[in-house]
Order: sequence, then structure tokens, then C-alpha cells
Amino acid sequence: MMDFLTNDLLQLSDSAVRFATPLLLACLAGLYSERAGIFDIGLEGKMLVAAFAAGAFSAIAGMPASEGGWEMGAWSVWVGLGAAIIASIMFSMIHAFASITLRGNQLISGVAINFFAAGITVLIGQYWFKMGGQTPQLREGQRFEPITLPFAESLKDVPVLGDIYYQLISGHNIIVYMGFAIVALTWWVLYRTRFGLRMRAVGENPGAVDTAGISVVKLRYSALIITGILCGLAGAYLSLGTAAAGFGKDMTAGRGFIALAALIFAKWKPITAMWATLLFGMLEAIGNKYQTLDLGFIVLPGQFMQALPYILTVVILAGFVGKAIPPKAGGEPYVKER
Amino acid sequence: MNKNLPKWVDLGLIPLLTLALAFAVSGLVVLSIGQDPIEVVKVMIQGAFNPFGIGHTLYFTTNFIFTGLAVAVAFHARLFNIGGEGQAGLAGVGVAIVMLSYDWPHWSIALVVGVMAAMAFGAAWAAIPAYLQAKRGSHIVITTIMFNLIATALIGYLLVGPMQAEGSLPESPGFPAAAALPSMHVILGWFGIEFDKFAPANISFFLALIAALLVWILIWKTRLGYEMRAFGHSEKAAVYAGISPMKITMIAMLISGALSGMMAVNTVQGEAERLVLGAVEGAGFIGIAVALMGRSHPVGVLLAAFLFGILTQGGAELQFSLGIPAQMITVIQALIIMFTGSLENLVRIPMEKIFIRAGKGAS
Repeated sequence: MMDFLTNDLLQLSDSAVRFATPLLLACLAGLYSERAGIFDIGLEGKMLVAAFAAGAFSAIAGMPASEGGWEMGAWSVWVGLGAAIIASIMFSMIHAFASITLRGNQLISGVAINFFAAGITVLIGQYWFKMGGQTPQLREGQRFEPITLPFAESLKDVPVLGDIYYQLISGHNIIVYMGFAIVALTWWVLYRTRFGLRMRAVGENPGAVDTAGISVVKLRYSALIITGILCGLAGAYLSLGTAAAGFGKDMTAGRGFIALAALIFAKWKPITAMWATLLFGMLEAIGNKYQTLDLGFIVLPGQFMQALPYILTVVILAGFVGKAIPPKAGGEPYVKER
Repeated sequence: MNKNLPKWVDLGLIPLLTLALAFAVSGLVVLSIGQDPIEVVKVMIQGAFNPFGIGHTLYFTTNFIFTGLAVAVAFHARLFNIGGEGQAGLAGVGVAIVMLSYDWPHWSIALVVGVMAAMAFGAAWAAIPAYLQAKRGSHIVITTIMFNLIATALIGYLLVGPMQAEGSLPESPGFPAAAALPSMHVILGWFGIEFDKFAPANISFFLALIAALLVWILIWKTRLGYEMRAFGHSEKAAVYAGISPMKITMIAMLISGALSGMMAVNTVQGEAERLVLGAVEGAGFIGIAVALMGRSHPVGVLLAAFLFGILTQGGAELQFSLGIPAQMITVIQALIIMFTGSLENLVRIPMEKIFIRAGKGAS
């Protein structure tokens, strides 16, 4: 039993954190957008284009000049991260222009962005690298490496707590720690700053915000820029911070939708979003480790674990387990009264 | 808003201009990957219309008519059904189950039961999101997305488990030979017209045309269609007029799911004659672009579906002769959804300015 706790459970939790990180960042991205009253089903597309930009630019930045690269060594990975954020913000601004300025349909815009990302990443990837849509395998300096936290090595042998610190908390890359830091930051922004208050208000009652003399358009654009940055981090994590070490066609594989599910599951709250994405990360870790799950009275196929986040979301949406009430003004374009 | 615009502008000029914008940006994408747009258009048209290509073009068109009509019917009741992908996938399971459960003696009987199974399974997969929307207010866009993803997992499980044929491929056993639907080659042969023998287009194409006619009758010539449109225009007014939101939401989504499901008759029963992994191939999503472009009108849907049929087959040719990845079509599809859907006001607002000012001047 002790063995199960220290080995299997720790190992599972460790992979759960890894799987949860991109979900968490994308989920927080969606939180800013939806709290400001803009539906965003285009998280998947923004993550995908960010993952591509990260993989492609980190690879180019690290290549020798003879192959057309920029020889930037250890800086390459940061070039990749910057490219990911810029690409993702650009996509977010298309969504902002369509939804805020043109008052178009936000759901349709999201659908279009997802398809555009799925197509353009492969087209450009093939044109640049001729590898069937993939980007070159990233080497040291071109990707984020695990960080060993202080004292992790020396505390390793302390029973339980040392194991937890060494295996679970230490040894992730910088984006993982950034993700959890952003949870706290988001909570603070949302509930303790003027911007957060206004942002929440604009998602509930934009008319009131407008009456107070605050620009609805500016607030919503700012929220969508933050959404772009966070989706950029989420995408960069996939190509720069996982064993994939590079971009592969459709590598987000529905994570943008799981993040969306987590956002609903978490009722649009940051701390709850962290727990929701950790839960979904754990499901993915379990599905990854065990082909089938024998619970004694029933044997669950791996595909069931794959579908579980979606099933849970439907159950939550149906309001059988607590009711998920979205921001009131979500999805409605704001038309200023004259 | 569109009351102020002449009909030919609203239904003719604006869609054409938005489409032209989408194609112009697609042209820029082609340039950006170092290809010549004129050459690309030539290759695509040649690939879609040559004697070999046209059979594929019509085959894809059939899928898109069904999924486009599905999205369009739901749109009329102001429901956005993104679940076509899952509904068509589950319909494939339904078709496979009935085809494999009995040694059907003749294709005509197989066609009738195949259609019934496809429609029933497609509608059933749409029923739960519809019920949750109508009864519990769960947003149908999110639930249908979730149901697409659940369908993928479910079909993945069935094809490596209970429904898998002997061997290691994730596919079902083949259907009885006598159940094979007549291909376009056979049908046109009855009238003495030559057609490519190996083309995948089959009798389902004609079913799609009939479906378009039936949808037209439903939406514009029946009481139910009137209620759906009224509900789509204003839920409050519809409720006041005694129309039940529950009934309209359920019926619109069941019809929508059944229409999506019908594409399984074309792909699973008509072409593959077995259930394979990924049988829907994104056609459920293309239905969104088709419905938007076709203004949710059956005639518009037919034209838009044909255009997407050409794009899909032409796109395959692009890959073959110019080495451009098939994702080129995904990009064009995305741009069409973007410009005719979310960015439509880019064209509509200037048009309103021009024509309303002109109208005022005249009167």
C-alpha cells in the first residue's frame, strides 16, 4: 500500500500536473474572455497556432546560420515563446475585431479560427520545413528543461514529504510554475483590482459600465489580449515543454475544448479552474498509464477515460450537480445606445 | 436591419462580396506559401471536373448537402448545431449495426433500413443536447461540441472492441454484397449515360436532392416550419403565440441530427461498405460553412455544397500535382466561415450605408 502511495500515486500526480498545465493556461485564457462577455470557442485554434509558432521559431532561432538559422543558442526557446504569444494575440485580435468591433457572431468566429489554425499551421509548416507539417526536432536550448527546485536533491530521502517535494513539486519546467502563479495572479486581478471589477461588470452588464463612462470596447479588447497571451503560453508549452519537442500536426488534440469544459466545470472561477484542470489532467494521466481500468465490479476501457471530461461537463451543464451560470452578457454584442 | 436593404443586395450581392473576400484572402495564403493562385485554381477545377474527378466531387457534394441542410434547419430555429460530426459518426454505427445484423437480399430493402437507421441514430445523438437545451438551458453549442468528442471516443472503442472485424485494423466487417447501393455509374447506365465506373458517387446523391426539396417544403410550406422560423426570430413572441419552445427545440434538433446522419448512407453504406475510423472526415463541420454561405436556404445549400465538393476534390488534386497539403481546403473553409459568418458586417455595414442613403434619396 505504501508502495502504491509513494510510487504509483506520486507518478500519476506528477503526470497529472504535466497534462494539466496547458489545460490550466488555456482555461484561464478563456476565463478572461468569457468574464468580459466574449464567448471563446477558439481556444483550441489559438493554442494550436501558438504551438506551431513556438516550435517553428525556436527551431529557426537555434539553427546554424549555414542552414538559414539565427544561431541564438539558449535564447532560442524564448524566441519561440515570444513568437507563440504574438501569433496567439494576432488570432485573438481577429476574434476581437469580429466580435467587438463588427458585432459578429462570436461562436462562428471561434469555429472559423479553429479551422484556420488547423489548416494554416500545416500549410506554412510544410512550406518552411518540408516535413509533412511537422517542425524540426528541438534540441537543448530550443526547449524548456525541467527545473530542480532548491534542496530537492537533499530532501529526496525524507519519507513522504521529501518524495512529494522531489517528485511532484520539483522537476517541472518554467511554464508549469508560471501556470500556477498565474492562477493566483488571476484571482488577485479579478477580485482585488479595479480592472478586474470592471471586467467582471462588463461581462454581466455592459450597459452599466458604459453609463459609468468606462469604454466597453477598450475593456473587452484588453481582456482578449490577455486571452491571447495565455493561449500563447499554453501552446508554447505543448511544443517547447513536453517530450514532443517540436510541433506536430493537430497537436492540441482537443485540449482547447477540454479547457473550455474545465472553465464551465469551474464556473468561471480561477482557483476552481485550477482544481478542474488538475482533475482532467489526472484523468488523462490515468488513461495514459492504464489501457483499461479494472475497478473490480466493472472494467472501464481507455476510451472511457478519454471521454470522461466531456461527460462530466455535460452533467455539470445539465445542472444536476450544481448549476453553471455563465456571465450574463456572454455572446451578446454590445450596441451603444444613442 | 435587412428590411432596409433590397432583396437582391441582401441575398445576392452581400454573399457574393463576402465570398469574393474569402477567396481573395485564400489567394494571399496561396501566394504566401510560394504558389501561383491562378495555377492553383486551374488545377483544382481540372481535378474536380475531369471524368475521374466529377464522381468524387458529387460524392463529397452529397455529404455536404446533408450536413449543410442539418445546420440550416437548426439555424432557422436559432439553434447552432455544431454536433453534425458526432451525429453523422453515430449514424455510421447505426448503419453498420443493421447492415451486419441480417443478410439483406436486395439493395432497395437495404437502402430503406439503412436510411432509417442513419436517421434514427443521428437524431438520437442530437436528442440529448436538444433536451438539455430545452429543459435545463444548457448551451447547445457546448453540449454538441462535447457530444462530438464523446462520439469520437465511443466509435474508437467500438472499432477496436465489439464491432471490430478479424485482424488488427480498426474497422467493422464488410457489409453483405447484395446490400451494396447502386453507384452513379450504374444509375446513369440505366439512362444510357457514361460515367466513371470506380467513382464513389452513388444513389445517395439523389436522396440528398430529395432531402433539400423536403426541407424547403418543411421550412416554407408547413405550419411546423412557420413555427420554427417564428421561434428563431423571437422566442418571446413565439411563446406568446402559443408555440412551445420545448417542442420546437426538440423537433428542429431531431430533424437536424437525422439529416447529418443521412450522410452515413452515402459514406458508410454507399462507399466504404463497412464502418471505418474517421468516416465523417470533417464533413459535419463543413456543413456549418455550407449553411452560412447558402443563407440556410435549400437552394443556397445545394450551391454551396457543390462548391465545397469542388474544393474538396480539387484540393486532393492540389496535393497530387502541386504538393500543396490538403489543409489548403481547411483554410479556405475557415475563411468562408469567417467572412460569410462572423465578419459579414465588414460588407453589410457599408452596403446599408450605400443603399439606405440611395433609398432615401429616391423617396
